[in-house]
Amino acid sequence: MAVIPLERKPLSFAERTYLPAIASGLKTTLKHLFAPNITMEYPEQRPAIPPGYRGVPTLVKDPHGREKCVSCQLCEFVCPPKAIRITPGEIPADAPERAHVEKGPQAFDIDMLRCIYCGLCQEVCPEEAIFLQNQYSMTGYTREEMVNHKDRLYELGGTLPDEHFKWDKKLDAEKHGNAH
Amino acid sequence: MATDFSFPDAAAKSAAAKPDFETEKMSLSMGPSHPSTHGVLRLQMELDGEILTKCDPVIGYLHRGDEKIAENMTYNQFVPYTDRLDYIAPLANNMAYAIAVERLVKLEVPARCQAIRVITAEMARISAHLLGLGAFGIDTGAWTVFMYAFEEREKLYKLFEELTGARFTTSYTRIGGVSRDVPEGWTGRVNAFCDQFLPILEEILALLTRNKIFMDRTVDVGVISKADAIAYGLTGPNLRGSGVGLDLRKDKPYSGYEQYEFDVPVGTKGDCYDRYLVRGEEMRQSVRIIKQAIAKFPGGDWYAKDARKIFAPPKDKILTSMEELIQNFMIVTEGPQMPAGEVYFEAENPKGILGFYVVSKGGGVPWRLKIRAPSFCNLSILPKICVGSLVSDVVSILGSLDFVMGECDR
Repeated sequence: MAVIPLERKPLSFAERTYLPAIASGLKTTLKHLFAPNITMEYPEQRPAIPPGYRGVPTLVKDPHGREKCVSCQLCEFVCPPKAIRITPGEIPADAPERAHVEKGPQAFDIDMLRCIYCGLCQEVCPEEAIFLQNQYSMTGYTREEMVNHKDRLYELGGTLPDEHFKWDKKLDAEKHGNAH
Repeated sequence: MATDFSFPDAAAKSAAAKPDFETEKMSLSMGPSHPSTHGVLRLQMELDGEILTKCDPVIGYLHRGDEKIAENMTYNQFVPYTDRLDYIAPLANNMAYAIAVERLVKLEVPARCQAIRVITAEMARISAHLLGLGAFGIDTGAWTVFMYAFEEREKLYKLFEELTGARFTTSYTRIGGVSRDVPEGWTGRVNAFCDQFLPILEEILALLTRNKIFMDRTVDVGVISKADAIAYGLTGPNLRGSGVGLDLRKDKPYSGYEQYEFDVPVGTKGDCYDRYLVRGEEMRQSVRIIKQAIAKFPGGDWYAKDARKIFAPPKDKILTSMEELIQNFMIVTEGPQMPAGEVYFEAENPKGILGFYVVSKGGGVPWRLKIRAPSFCNLSILPKICVGSLVSDVVSILGSLDFVMGECDR
């Protein structure tokens, strides 16, 4: 519970001959030689990814297959390296699938050369539409290839099980007459 | 443009003793991409034979203007940038930054959040010192140490990955809390890591501590006296190696460090070997702190619940309630609301004292953010201690100072 000076003992005669250090070093090496391997054959074997991993950002659809993003542009705003670019688009009121929202992204680009995988976009998204999922390696030959466009983002994202059913609840509330 | 440091010159010192014949001095540049400069440090050296007569560190190759970047974004957006200061221990930087901003608004985070931050900061310290020792080993010709140290760091990275979602750039803290609670059973796994780590640490240190080759390279090399260490503003293991027992975790406790029992190791001579010994012992002490923190790991909230204008509301509330949705938009677009004022907070990071000086004129963006980087101050002693030493000793000295250029150049 205090400051402790570290002791330094001079080397003994035996230690000055280098031999004990060599012997103990070899002992350590031999021990590790017969220990199980800790490396893995990477492309064939892949490490297990824990839940909540922050991989490549993707866009997801809800269990009805509808687009979740309403292009509020909050992720574009919060993104520290400014990797996200959204062009908002109107959704016509008579569109059967998406009658509950007025807007959706016309274009949604994430520049993976800028993205730093910080996960702030996922954290702020009020629709749970953008998720950093398990993929951790991306390659491309050109800069253009490294920009993920909307269709690619949905392809990477797929459908995630919804936990909150925001719009179903809203619809229910509307039917029972206590909507906002 | 090389900086001119007028430091005592070994050749000038020996001017009284008349040389047999006049030799010409040679200038040699080490770095910016040299394996033993640990990053993009360049040393402009002047040699008299094998002896250094002058050593100018040339820095700035990794300058990104982090301080200016901070002025253009909200407080939470800057958290990922703190990862990239001392990128060997991002969790400790995240914590120092978060506490600095919280001091500005006089916000107390709950005990659970403090304990999480202490555990992660100490794990970051172990990880940083393991790399420091491993790289120091390579510099002095001991490859094995690096390999075994990295095996342990991999285990730590697995734990970081589980907690924060990223192995390296963790971005874990937020102003007023942390980004997520600890996962189920995580503290148990950290405890298990600590238990198996101690014998392995002994094994790693045994490869160097009594090894004559290593001692020949480090004992009485790069001696920093107590007075010099204080005068040059050295901090962290480099200062403690010179026998000054300054450790902010003890002297100015923050984040609940006062509850934990640990010792502050100090060296006696201030040479490279002492700095090595200090780092070895600090890892043992970090394990002690982690075990204590886990033993009395508090329950409750992991973010400041009452700080409604600072910490974003829970996700399910954002999705279902209009008020929380608006609040979320406000915190993201305007930033967490801070009062006007200024605050300086420094934390004991693995490399030394990392300070954040935040000036706020109110609102969600800092007006000025100054970072006091320990590696920058620690490097300032190079022109002093390298003069008069051999070129091969410079490699030992650089390894023992254990700096990170991401933080030095910021």
